[in-house]
Amino acid sequence: MPAFFRYLLPLLVFLALAALLYKGLGIDPKRVPSPLIDKPAPAFNLPRLKQPQQSLSNADLKGKVTLFNVWATWCVACRQEHPLLMQLSKLGVPVYGLNYKDKRPAAEQWLQRFGNPYVANAFDAEGRVGIDWGVYGTPETFVIDKQGVIRHKYIGPLTRDAIEQEILPLVKKLREEKG
Amino acid sequence: MKRLYPSSYRRRPVSRTDRMDTGLRRYDGSLRMVLFACLAVSVALFSPVQAAGLEAFDFTGNVDETRFKSLISELRCLVCQNQSLADSDADLAHDLRREVYELMDQGKSDQEIIDFLVARYGDFVLYNPPLKPETWILWYGPFGLLAAGLVVLLYTVRQRRQQPEARFSEQEQQRLKQLLGDDNHEDKSA
Repeated sequence: MPAFFRYLLPLLVFLALAALLYKGLGIDPKRVPSPLIDKPAPAFNLPRLKQPQQSLSNADLKGKVTLFNVWATWCVACRQEHPLLMQLSKLGVPVYGLNYKDKRPAAEQWLQRFGNPYVANAFDAEGRVGIDWGVYGTPETFVIDKQGVIRHKYIGPLTRDAIEQEILPLVKKLREEKG
Repeated sequence: MKRLYPSSYRRRPVSRTDRMDTGLRRYDGSLRMVLFACLAVSVALFSPVQAAGLEAFDFTGNVDETRFKSLISELRCLVCQNQSLADSDADLAHDLRREVYELMDQGKSDQEIIDFLVARYGDFVLYNPPLKPETWILWYGPFGLLAAGLVVLLYTVRQRRQQPEARFSEQEQQRLKQLLGDDNHEDKSA
């Protein structure tokens, strides 16, 4: 027993601590877990980007599995993920956009130049809807199920791996759920 | 009265100049003068620009300035994660300060405002994390370590106590007498 306490226990404590800290190294502090997962998408009602007289609300997202993508023209990483969004929309995944703290002409120009992957865009000039959705950096992409419940949040620019391994399998699974 | 916020109580720039000052004492006066001139010029050039980026809040109405400042310094900016909302110049920090201000203006309590932000951003926005199962290790961990230390201490102390007292038995004392031999008698006679 004394030998256990003297030699083995400190070693075990050290190994446990090392494992804990090693795991901590692998966690990206920039990715803050969202408390909105598995909660209904926060209500909003905003003018659309292209047709300002029309509105887009969270009710429009219901009844199908959708992606809700927060973007802006001043956001460099949004440009990076844009081709992937185009491909997602070609695959038949409805992508809705929240144009976050942007200028209307700049956003319209962007969509003309690089293509428009969005079914529709809500225009959030002041970023208030962004706050309700817990947005703290663009781009952010939410996966929303048929009931309008947020099921996943992807922070940062979408990558090929993220789409293949996270987004599409989840969309498939959610499509199979009863709506 | 309108006040510029938060330049009035930013601590960072002050401590920076403090550090600079102590460092410069080693050098001669002329260099110091040149550097001081540079600093003066840069302050004159850049401070109006910086001030324009900071919002002005009106504290003549419902919102108490002290309460506002103490609340935003307890909230963490999500963009530059090691700064509070009060210290951060990030765009989101501006928006969240505005949000906190408006909620206070509507008469919301500190707790209601904190709940509002936690519902959107999670416990991460709090510099003072709440007590719940996920944070037990954070709050109770140090006491656990202290208790573990006490257990080890008690164990060691008890081990020492249980060691047999250092004394000779009757038989051994006889042997010791023999060891001394005749000297023992001599000592007695002395």
